[in-house]
Amino acid sequence: MGLIFSPGFFHSSPVLVAIVVGAVVAVVSAVVGVFTVTRGLSFAGHSLADLGAAGGSGAFLLGVNQLWGFVAIAAAAAGAIELIGIGSTRGRDLATGIVLGAGLGVAALFLYLDTTFSNTTGASITILFGSIFTLQSSLVPVMVLLGALSVAIVLTLYRPLLFSALSPDMATARGVPVRAVGVAYLAALALAVSLSAMTVGAVLSTALLIGPAACALRLTRRPGVALLLAAAVGMLSVWLSVLLAYDSYYWPPGHRGWPVSFFVVLLIFLSYLLTQLRPRGWAAWQLARGGSNPPRLTDR
Amino acid sequence: MFSGFMTNTWAAATIVALVAGVVGFFTVMRGAAFVAHAVPNGAFAGGAAASLLGLNPILGLGVFALLGSLGISWLGRRGRHDVVTALALVMMLGLGALFLSMSQEYASQTFSLLFGEVVGVSSAELLPILALGVVCVAAVMWFFRPLTLSSVMPEVAEARGVRASRMEASFLVILALATTMTVPVVGAFLMFSLTVAPAAAARSLTARPMAALGLSIGIAMVIVWCAIALSYLCNWPIGFFVGVLGAGAYGLARSWALYRLRRAVPHRLSPLPSLSAH
Repeated sequence: MGLIFSPGFFHSSPVLVAIVVGAVVAVVSAVVGVFTVTRGLSFAGHSLADLGAAGGSGAFLLGVNQLWGFVAIAAAAAGAIELIGIGSTRGRDLATGIVLGAGLGVAALFLYLDTTFSNTTGASITILFGSIFTLQSSLVPVMVLLGALSVAIVLTLYRPLLFSALSPDMATARGVPVRAVGVAYLAALALAVSLSAMTVGAVLSTALLIGPAACALRLTRRPGVALLLAAAVGMLSVWLSVLLAYDSYYWPPGHRGWPVSFFVVLLIFLSYLLTQLRPRGWAAWQLARGGSNPPRLTDR
Repeated sequence: MFSGFMTNTWAAATIVALVAGVVGFFTVMRGAAFVAHAVPNGAFAGGAAASLLGLNPILGLGVFALLGSLGISWLGRRGRHDVVTALALVMMLGLGALFLSMSQEYASQTFSLLFGEVVGVSSAELLPILALGVVCVAAVMWFFRPLTLSSVMPEVAEARGVRASRMEASFLVILALATTMTVPVVGAFLMFSLTVAPAAAARSLTARPMAALGLSIGIAMVIVWCAIALSYLCNWPIGFFVGVLGAGAYGLARSWALYRLRRAVPHRLSPLPSLSAH
């Protein structure tokens, strides 16, 4: 026991905050992520996170908490992507690229101004790569609330979201307001991304959003099961990463501690590779259970 | 602005804009903006690793860009392409975060690898940029016809014996080469803005491939030159100007295209906008 949990692990308050917030963020990201993957919005999700860097550095410049910067910019960017994104996947891809390019420019400016005027060179690193151990415990209720809001949006719109993700034309024909559902979904995505940007950093939050969902969708084709599986994978990898990062204080090159974000990404990437290697019998079994016409949640 | 040490800057930026315009043309045609973002961004981890080990950053960038590209094209055959791209990108960035946390002098290093340090180009650095740029453009010219065909009409290309997976791999390798050459000069984020925005603008102005290619290069060069001049004048980072000018160019091109469409097709003759838009 002492070998796995270094002394003081359960008594340190940054660790407790990290465990609580990490779990919340992982669950929110995983739930939203399942739809991100099915709707083919990985790039948009990643862009919102990257643009969060502009928000985070802007907030730093104004002296506001980073969280609000992340939320404001992600919401604005989601709106912009929706506004210029045309229906086709390729058009949306380009629209995302253009918005991302402009946003990164603004991030560059804000980070430059941060380092010039406030003399804290560490700001850019924290914003880009995050640090779960420095979260203020006063932020926890707000983050839980925003996370709950994001999950509530997704669960309320569960059926229309699923329908319009699987077959947009059919959904339109049946009277589902596809566009409105898409906008509401992007809002949920913006919230989820902001939360995980706070935790693992703007550029790495994509790992929590896409990874667990992609793993879950390799293992099951049933949407409900996929949500639960994704949440479990996300939560476990965050907890294990917090543990590893805490232990890594004693690893080479000595007494610095490895970044939590690195472990999160590593564990999630390894899980994805593992699900790629799943035995052939598994797929056949899934197919047999799903009957002759399984819902196509994975391979579109 | 045009004196001594700035000459190298102008030269390097012009080469970078040329290569970015060419690579961007294919990026936009293939709808590969995410990969074009992922490879330069992930390669930054290689730069961080190289500076940790005391090697030339170009070496680290090259190795990571190539490994990332090949990994994406290999894994992409088995899973969803965008998911694989996202995961490969975060894995490389995660390694980058690890390397940065281990090395001592990180902040300014990261900043210049991510956002570029175009004013500090020395003559010794100019040579590898020029060489890689020539290789890059030559590779594109070599593959031009099959690559264009498989980007625009994958099924027709397949039927005529052009293997889509091979074209995908060669596109990614060209992207990796361009990344290796441009990231040390303009930074990972900037490389991306310079790849996507000018080519997207060019594409909404013309449908002919050669004209679009030329326009894409031209717009990229004008953007870079304006950005350097503005950055020199008011001392803000060049990345800001490239990003904003790129988005502006795209916006202008789109409005121009829309205006021409309105004039060419009178309103009462276009009752089905939803069909034509998709």
